[in-house]
Amino acid sequence: MKTFYGTPLSNPLMLGTAQYPSPAILDQAFRNSGAGVATVSLRREAGAGQTFWQMVRDLSVHILPNTAGCHTVKEAVTTAHMAREVFDTKWIKLELIGHTDSLQPDVFQLVEAARILSEDGFEVFPYTTDDLVVGERLLAAGCEVLMPWGAPIGSGRGLNNEYALRAMRAEFPEIPLVIDAGIGLPSHAAHAMELGYDAVLLNTAVARSGDPAAMAKAMKLAIEAGRLAYQADPIEARDMAEPSTPVIGKAFLS
Amino acid sequence: MTVWSVIGAGVAGLAVASELVARGAKVQVFDSGGAPGPHGCSWWAGGMLAPWCEYENAEEPVLRLGQLAVDWWAKRTQVHRRGTLVVANPRDLPDLRRFARRTERFFKVGADEIVELEPDLHGFGKGLYFDAEAHLNPRQALLDLSRQLQNLGVEFHHVRAPTGLDNAIDCRGLRARENLQDLRGVKGEMLVIRCPDVTLTRPIRLLHPRMPLYIVPRGDGVYMLGATMIESEDSSRITARSMLELLSAAYALNPAFGEAEVLEIGVDLRPAFPDNLPRIRRLGRTIYANGLYRHGYLLAPALAMGVADLALDNKHSEMVDEDRT
Repeated sequence: MKTFYGTPLSNPLMLGTAQYPSPAILDQAFRNSGAGVATVSLRREAGAGQTFWQMVRDLSVHILPNTAGCHTVKEAVTTAHMAREVFDTKWIKLELIGHTDSLQPDVFQLVEAARILSEDGFEVFPYTTDDLVVGERLLAAGCEVLMPWGAPIGSGRGLNNEYALRAMRAEFPEIPLVIDAGIGLPSHAAHAMELGYDAVLLNTAVARSGDPAAMAKAMKLAIEAGRLAYQADPIEARDMAEPSTPVIGKAFLS
Repeated sequence: MTVWSVIGAGVAGLAVASELVARGAKVQVFDSGGAPGPHGCSWWAGGMLAPWCEYENAEEPVLRLGQLAVDWWAKRTQVHRRGTLVVANPRDLPDLRRFARRTERFFKVGADEIVELEPDLHGFGKGLYFDAEAHLNPRQALLDLSRQLQNLGVEFHHVRAPTGLDNAIDCRGLRARENLQDLRGVKGEMLVIRCPDVTLTRPIRLLHPRMPLYIVPRGDGVYMLGATMIESEDSSRITARSMLELLSAAYALNPAFGEAEVLEIGVDLRPAFPDNLPRIRRLGRTIYANGLYRHGYLLAPALAMGVADLALDNKHSEMVDEDRT
């Protein structure tokens, strides 16, 4: 099993902590999901979110702070430093938004910030597109994990470009790959795992569902199913039927 | 006769005092901050009595207990029973459908009906009209309760309550935190603007995936815009981002809001327990009533009834989660 900067994840679900109806429901969702990682935002309200951050620490899972809402390298680097102090971790989910409506990552600034942070000892989880060249640049900048989007953040559209995501998996067979953003349904999460991705990161699909605790469990089951399916070497799709029993020698009944 | 000492004269404390007095109890009120004013988070509330809308993102007790609010308040202050109108821009219609799935007791309305309800609301093709909801002016409500209680002989002490009081009811919100370890503050930011060019007569909610807005008319062209929900305990400032989001949402509702005069900027912390539902706790000689979160005016009546049930009749309502006398 691939590790994330040396840390293996028994449950390859990374679950966000934003937008839940209450901290109590957030807690239930985490229990039901078995998520191995909690992502948490530091962008807003530097220093004053202590109570909430403590609740996140109390979930007792790995914490992956993020730079959500940052639009420049400088903001992202500052936020990463703050995250390292607050959560005492080298992990940082690097998110640099380039477009307000699609929340598409600004990959140029992303590569630059990834280089600065990697050189500074951070273990960077970059939120990127499915562009292979950008992926190469991020690895060259020091990243050891890539997190391509499935679809824009919060859109719930699933894997918009399966071809590109397959290509990415094929291009980086040894690199832990995480589908980050765009998951709306458990079937999307299963799909990501069936393609051989190593983990799935999601938030809105659980937090904004009608029953976050139930949806968290659905995601857990789907991710398990998808991973098992990938390991079981699924059959290839084909154009014609392939009977599962021999056709020759059967009696003609009509 | 037992004298109940209510500590804290925000919406929780005043509602508790009012309910106790209505049931014949003798009450005094302590608030070191003085008369109702900007020092309490009740001052900065929206004043929406909207249990059906709130159910979109709250648990069942908010829906059920919140329905007690309109009649309770109507006996004590002016309540505007004009419903709530929920709209979304065309690109955010998935949010409107989601809102409709999570809530109940509304009519689906189209462009014509929206304009009929609120002539200054153009360009919205679809909306939801919650006709049974209402709103009030929170500051007026606090002043009305104080005045009524004073007229009924309730003494208000503008000093810190003496320690060791018997029959104390602690309604201090976040200030009671040293005794209520699981209480936290949730930051809210709001604006009061004056815009006589726009006439809206009922609370409007504009759905948006990132920055949902509500706007509550206060009369005379004055509107309250609210409110952010941030898991932070810094009540010292509004961020430029929040102000930008609130104002651009208002502008999206009606561009004439671009000419509005900004009268007030409010920032405060809502007291909340982990499930964001209110609690009543009797610890020793003190009853704590707290955790109204973003539902101060909506749930204060139910909280007050629960406190009176416990204090006067030793009855445990569902909000009582601990009783150690």
